[in-house]
Formats: sequence, C-alpha cells, structure tokens
Amino acid sequence: MALTPEDVRSVGSLARLALTDNETERFTHHLNGLLEQFARLQELDTEGVPPTSHAVPVAAALREDLVRPSLPREAVIAMGPQVDEDLGGFIVPQVLGE
Amino acid sequence: MSQTEYEVKVGMECHAELLTQSKMFCGCRNEFGGEPNTRTCPVCLGLPGSLPVFNKAAVEQVLRTALALHCEISLHTIFHRKNYFYPDLPKGYQISQYGSTPIGVNGYLEIEKADGSVKQIRITRVHLEEDTGKSIHSDGAGYSVMDYNRSGVPLMEIVTAFPPDIESGEEARLYAEALRSVLLYLNVSDGRMEQGSLRAEPNPSIRPVGSEMFGVKTELKNLNSFRAVQRGVEYEAQRQAAEIEAGRVVIQATYGWDEEKGVTVLQRLKEVEQEYRYFPEPDLIPIDFDTEYIESVRASLPELPLARTRRLREQYELPAADALQLVSDRATADFFEESAKAAKDAKAVANWLLGDLTRLANAAGTPVSETPVTAAALADLVNLIVAGTITGKIAKQVIEEMFVSGKTASQVVADLGLTVSGADEVAGIVAGVIAANPDVVAKIKGGNEKSRGFLVGQVMKAAKGRARPDDINRLMEEALANA
Repeated sequence: MALTPEDVRSVGSLARLALTDNETERFTHHLNGLLEQFARLQELDTEGVPPTSHAVPVAAALREDLVRPSLPREAVIAMGPQVDEDLGGFIVPQVLGE
Repeated sequence: MSQTEYEVKVGMECHAELLTQSKMFCGCRNEFGGEPNTRTCPVCLGLPGSLPVFNKAAVEQVLRTALALHCEISLHTIFHRKNYFYPDLPKGYQISQYGSTPIGVNGYLEIEKADGSVKQIRITRVHLEEDTGKSIHSDGAGYSVMDYNRSGVPLMEIVTAFPPDIESGEEARLYAEALRSVLLYLNVSDGRMEQGSLRAEPNPSIRPVGSEMFGVKTELKNLNSFRAVQRGVEYEAQRQAAEIEAGRVVIQATYGWDEEKGVTVLQRLKEVEQEYRYFPEPDLIPIDFDTEYIESVRASLPELPLARTRRLREQYELPAADALQLVSDRATADFFEESAKAAKDAKAVANWLLGDLTRLANAAGTPVSETPVTAAALADLVNLIVAGTITGKIAKQVIEEMFVSGKTASQVVADLGLTVSGADEVAGIVAGVIAANPDVVAKIKGGNEKSRGFLVGQVMKAAKGRARPDDINRLMEEALANA
C-alpha cells in the first residue's frame, strides 16, 4: 500500500514541517521506497519471536529517589525567546483549557 | 417523543502524581506549586543531549499499586514516546507506556454500592509516565505563560477495561473514591483532586437498553471533585441521549466540566491514536522485574480499605457507614483502632471520634488524628463514661477542654471537678427542688405526671449536668412517695 502525497502532507503537519509541493512529491517517493524495504522484512517468518524494542540485552539501571539542585531560574528563563518577567515563565501562544 | 431507553457505560482513566522526592527522570524536586520554573533542569526541559534515568521509587510505587489492584505484572516492561506538539510538553513527546507490557495488566478494584453490594471494576492497565508543564493564564495579555515545575513529575495512569463495568454516574464516583482511598493507603498519591494531583477522566457512552453495540464515547476533563465525576457523567449521558433523540450523532471529543453551570463544554476533537506515532523510547532500556522482588513488594502491602472496612464492621460491631467513614482516611482508621483497643466501648470511641472530635478538628482545620486529643486520651474519656465517673453530657464539655489544653480526660475532670455527683448530693438537690415547688408536687400527686418533667429539669439544672439521669429518676420517685 503506497503513501499518497496527501498522507505525506498530514505526517508533515504532525511533525510541524511546512512542506512545499516539490518536497511533498520528493518525500512521497522516498518514503514509499522505505516502505518497500519494510515490506520485504515483513516477509520474514517471525512466528514465536518476541517483538524487539531494544537491540542491547541489558536491564535498566534505576537511580535512587534523591533530590539534586535544579537550574537557577534566571538561567532557565534566559533560554526563552519570549518571557514574562513578572510571572517568571515562557510566553507561548494562548492555551485554552488545560 | 421517542420511548427509547438508554444505558450508560463509563470507562475511566485516572492519573495520579506519585509521592516521590524527585522527578521521574531527573533529580529536580517533585513538589506542588512553587515559583514558576524554579525546579527544572536540562532533562525535564528537554534540552538536547540530556538523558532520562528512571526513579526507582516511582517504579516501585506503580508496582505497589498494580499489585494492590490485583494486576499481573509484566516481567519485562518497556517505555514509549507519545509524540505531539503542545506548549506544556517541552520535548515534543511524553515518555509513557504503550502496548501490551505496561507495569500492571488485567486487575480489578472492588466498589461497594449504597445497598451494600460489591461490584468488581476490571482494570486493563496500570502504567508509568511523566506529567507535563502547566500554563499560567495571563489575563488579557493575549498569550499564555508556561511553568515547567510539573514537567517530568512521575505520573501513574490507571485505565479500566473494555467493555466498561461502570454503569452510572454514581458508580463512576464510587470507583474514583475507592481508587483514591487505595492510593492513599499505599502512600503513593496525596489524592488531592482540587490540586490536580489526582485526576479522574470518565469516558461515558450510551446505547439503547438491550443493544449489543457500544455508542461513541466522549472524554470528560476538569472534574476536580468526586461530586463533579458523578454529575459530569450524568449530565453527559443526558446530553448524548438528547443528541441522538434530535437525530444527530455523538462526536468523539474531549469535554470540560463547568462546575458553576453544571454542564460539559466542548474542548477539542479527539486525536486519532496513530497520530501520536508511539515508538519505543530509545533513551530508556526496558525494566526487568524479578519475581522475588515482586513478591517482596506484595508482602509489604498494607491492609486495603475495603478489607479494613469489613474487618472494622465485624471486629468492633460498627455500623457500615461509620466503618466506611473511619477507613476513608488511613490515619483516622489507625487512630480509631489504637483508641478502641484501649477503650471499654469501641462503638462509643467511633461515635466520639466521628462526632465531637471531627467537629472540633474541622473547625480548627486539623486532621482528626493530629489534634491535641490523642488516641489514648479519647479512650480514657470513653472509659470514664463507661465507668459512670462522668455523664455523656459532661463528656462533651471535657472533650472541648481536652482539645484546647491537650490534657487527658481524667486531668480535665479532676481539675474542673466534673465527677458525677454522688447519690447523697443528688438526694439533697432533689429534696431542695421538692421543697421549693410545693404547687408542682401537689399537681403530680393529683395525677398530673407531666409536671414531673419540670422537677427533673430543675434537678439537672441545679446539678449542672453532673447527675446521672437514673439517679435523678430513682431519687425523685422516692422523694415524691415520701412528700
């Protein structure tokens, strides 16, 4: 099942990518090439093989629940392109509801 | 008007911020509120190059909850990225658990209904994720301001199974209450719905009674009390029925609950699941649990609320409502049991605890288990009443004084001279009252029994509540016979 330019545009919008018509056409071609590769992998018989999420067979290291110093607020705020000094936060487009 | 009858089915998603010291993947302090953006670091701000590391306590708290909810535990549990763009999500994705191996699967929670019947609500998953930042609304400024103190706080999600077992607004409320109670007993959540540290999101849908199909569900948010959970579901079921009756369809969407108006308000259309583009989190290695560890956590679980309610009812012969009220808070139930063990009348302990002591504690804004009246002091008070040293009426005065001074009941009684008046003293008062009211005595002798109450009242007044009613009645009887 091949991707259409429409699919590519919608994936692009989810990733907040503004694609030109030219790019949409090019990426449709590239992505369909990738899907063909995966279609070949799908031909393998994976019956009885558990899904693999990680290639390295090690278990996670967990850290103790200890508090460490946070960054100073001034340093954090300084990273924002637009900040509200009074409220001490980053300015973003208006968010409605929660 | 159509005669179609509808039934409601409610799925529930609940989120609880865990009670850890530090955040899920970094060492920033996990605490409610505070000055905006004072508890952030490269990890919870999603700065390039930072890497998350699991908080062991958060993992264990989810494991405890999953076990308490009778879940099977995934021995190999993995984490995923849920991708979406929103200002409260600095990384552009939330680390969560998707698919078939969250920490807990296939459990259940029992709720007890008003008629005493117990219903099992199946739970499909208990998983671990991270909370988002919070927007501070800047009035009239035309923009929002983000605070990332909450970003990366460990968050547990508990989801009920499909098809839903919850079939009314009341059951939705009971489920939320029972779940909160379990989380408080496990000490994994502070349960504060009004602060949003515990969030209940019901997904109600309706269908004609007898139908095999399920209706389209809507998701309710902003329910910051148990009452709102019940009312929100009831309102939404009616709204959905009205849509169908009007020939329209129910649209899958998120609705906010407007507490003041008592209505649900459309917030946004629901994303399609594929649009989140979940994939295994490459920055985190799977967690493997060994069964020995799981069993040690299971063995450390406390007695849970419903089991405790049943035990209190039987062991102390408490009315169901009293047992339920005591158990709803673990500290209160502990306080009761400690006091009841030292007291000669457990029921009386429950009455004083849920009555006068709760009233005093509420007025002072203190938890009932943390007032100057200790469990031992309450037992002492009850024992003085049982022994007949003070009357119940005087005890009300005594507990007020205990609450203020922190003295024991015995001390207060001794200091204020509140011991029950002896029979001789009461006899003297009775004689005085009879002597002072010859006209009333004459009426009684003439057969007017009602006037007797007046004399008894006079004696009680003169004895300042310290005379036992039995003594008064007996001595009054004798004195009148001789008068």
